[in-house]
Amino acid sequence: MADAPREVWITGIGIVSCLGEGGDTHWQKLMEGKPTGNASMFSPFIVHPIAPINFDTQIPKKGDQRQMDSWQRIGTYAAGLALDSADVKGKSDILSRMDMIIAAGGGERDLNVDSTILTGTPLAANRAAFLNEKLMGDLRPTLFLAQLSNLLAGNISIVHGVTGSSRTFMGEESSGIDAVRIALSRIAAGQSDIALVGGAHNAERPDQLMLYEFAGNCLKDPFRPVWERGEHGGGFALGSLGAFLVIEAREHAEKRGAKPLARLTAVFSDRSNRKPGAATAALSRLWDKLKDKVKSGHAAVLSGASGAKAATAEERTFLEAQVLEANGDLAVRATGSYLGHGMEPQFPMNLALAVVALGHGQLFPPSDASGLEKPMSAPLDQVLVTGVGHWRGEGLALVERVG
Amino acid sequence: MASGNSRSGLDKFGRPLVVVTGLGVVTSLGAGKADNWAKLTAGQSGIRAITRFPTDCLKTRIAGTIDFLAPQSSTAALAETFADLAAEEAIAESGLGAPGNFPGPLFLAVPPIEIEWTQRIEVGSRSGSNDKTTYADLMRVATQFPDYHQRFLFGSVADHLAEKFGTQGSPISLSTACASGASAIHLGVEAIRRGESDAALCIGTDGSVNPEALVRFSLLSALSTSNDNPQAASRPFSKNRDGFVMAEGAGALVLESYDSAIARGAKIIGVLEGCGEMTDAFHRTRSSPDGKPIIGCIASAIKDAGLTPDDIDYVNAHGTSTPENDKMEYLGVSTVLGERAKTVPISSNKSMIGHTLSAAGAVEAVFSLLTLNNQRIPPTINHDIPDPAIMMDVVPNKARDARVTHAISNSFGFGGQNVSLVMGLEPA
Repeated sequence: MADAPREVWITGIGIVSCLGEGGDTHWQKLMEGKPTGNASMFSPFIVHPIAPINFDTQIPKKGDQRQMDSWQRIGTYAAGLALDSADVKGKSDILSRMDMIIAAGGGERDLNVDSTILTGTPLAANRAAFLNEKLMGDLRPTLFLAQLSNLLAGNISIVHGVTGSSRTFMGEESSGIDAVRIALSRIAAGQSDIALVGGAHNAERPDQLMLYEFAGNCLKDPFRPVWERGEHGGGFALGSLGAFLVIEAREHAEKRGAKPLARLTAVFSDRSNRKPGAATAALSRLWDKLKDKVKSGHAAVLSGASGAKAATAEERTFLEAQVLEANGDLAVRATGSYLGHGMEPQFPMNLALAVVALGHGQLFPPSDASGLEKPMSAPLDQVLVTGVGHWRGEGLALVERVG
Repeated sequence: MASGNSRSGLDKFGRPLVVVTGLGVVTSLGAGKADNWAKLTAGQSGIRAITRFPTDCLKTRIAGTIDFLAPQSSTAALAETFADLAAEEAIAESGLGAPGNFPGPLFLAVPPIEIEWTQRIEVGSRSGSNDKTTYADLMRVATQFPDYHQRFLFGSVADHLAEKFGTQGSPISLSTACASGASAIHLGVEAIRRGESDAALCIGTDGSVNPEALVRFSLLSALSTSNDNPQAASRPFSKNRDGFVMAEGAGALVLESYDSAIARGAKIIGVLEGCGEMTDAFHRTRSSPDGKPIIGCIASAIKDAGLTPDDIDYVNAHGTSTPENDKMEYLGVSTVLGERAKTVPISSNKSMIGHTLSAAGAVEAVFSLLTLNNQRIPPTINHDIPDPAIMMDVVPNKARDARVTHAISNSFGFGGQNVSLVMGLEPA
């Protein structure tokens, strides 16, 4: 443990969203620069539904697919893409010692059963008995396994054979930030050589919309890019996402002849209590640990800003007062304008998109009339990724081009 | 980081030695270590008929509920209450930090959080829908319930604990199903071994006894249906075991580097010597029939502790009382311990407190450390009809004094989750 931290590379990415699947498709859509959302599925609320996926290509057994609900299928699929990308798919000698940290929510529901109970309860002579009877009679037994937060990890173990270790973090956006932070820390310290880290989110769930709408968080028609929402009350559009990274010690990658897609230089996270100014201050403290590494001119920010009013305003203050102040020409992009807000996998997704942009050596065009996002034509070497939870959690990461 | 000479604070592998300086626990038996230990070693059961909600039409009507605290309206609120109590006790015992300022991160094993029927029906009723009620109706009135947003976020329990106890950095909420409590400890051990922190607050908590959670386990045929004699329902390793009993509780441990504990003159309760983990890819709810992942998990924990199987002199079993678990755990333990498996005592706390689910790994780590400290092994109660296929000394029905120097505690969960922890007394 006394040794210097090991260098950690990203050697695989697997991403799916409303834009499609894979780095190339995402890049193409981001370069088009036309963010939009779906306002009809849960009108008047806007969501970003997952693009059509042929799950068979990553989850060959129909029986496995039947055992999963959407979020698990999205995640298991994206995990498979990441393993393919890192060229470790099916290599059981590596997969059997690959560590896994998943960022997950959970709890997909049987909407028909819920509706039956909600409709019948006011009419029932014995409400509690009615509830018990309906739950016992109408819930399908395997639904529980589609709901358990750790069963995305379980499904990835079963379908892809990742069995070194398996941990599932929960806690909305923070879980995605901390999943990557701890996977990176373990590898850097020599506690792990290679890890699969990421998560999945299904936005096409009215019960989830309800949860966030309790606090009035959900974006209503009309759609606007993230930074433009503040003066209209703010809000996020939930997005279906699956995002996974394979990260590994440089020496482990070199030994197996794997090429780096990028270097994962640092991930920092914190929790502020979100009193006014607290998130900005927390981000500034994280930035202090990173700022000496960021070089003006060839760096950009991929922001995980959700559009939630206070959180996004505080992040903007941080970016303007700290990051842009020190690196005046730094370009910022909020990917949430395109992808929606995917909660747990949002941060891993932005790390993956940073890898994609670094691979192209450039940034996609701005999409923001509020003036924060500016064009960037210089070659791209570094990406600062931000993650600011809609309610809690702040994170920063630095992803860099190797060589 | 460590200098070349002062080796006392390092383990056999040169990593910072991780010790325990505070313990806290709450179960259906009571609040606090003293009460729990007295009842546990007296062989008392905390399992009872459920009174929290009507149990009409349910196949299982018993649980290890915590009924001596103020009622709460959700699993999230119950889990938070239990964790809060256990953490108070553990931090007070450790004497570490200052009130509201704990000098390390929080790792919290917590059940999945979701809005429950009480609230769903309340929101539905407010929607005033005359006909079929759907989520579209609930959405119309959702903003009238602003408090439900944070209450039913997954991260809210950890956030509230982090705020109260002043833990450092981003709190980790985690789930590895029924191994969660052990995983929380495992993550804390790793953080201290990395030199990231000198201390960690590791908590497992669960308050999931509500109608839908009970039904979910019931529909998987996982629960005991011995409703008529609740205290005899949890029968780990017995021939007539018929499932586990859902239960509530929390266990909290203050982990600290040995050097930090010594420097401040803290009392060392025990050593977290080793952690093992191995994932099972066989099936979503069943173990690989050859037991390899369980065997690998137990063996790797012993190896991580720098010990051999011969050093283990007590096994705190996962021992859920399901036909499947107890059979597979026997296979795992007997394979690793070999001939000694017939004589090394193994007992299941769950025979008395039921299965505290996300909390179990932490609660049972607390009890394992109390076992080491008291040199006394809590029994496996309700052991009247031994399973002839399980040839182990399960410490049947009565607690026993014994020399215990290294204990291993097992936790196995749905989704192929296996974690084992090896604990010992402070090196003399």
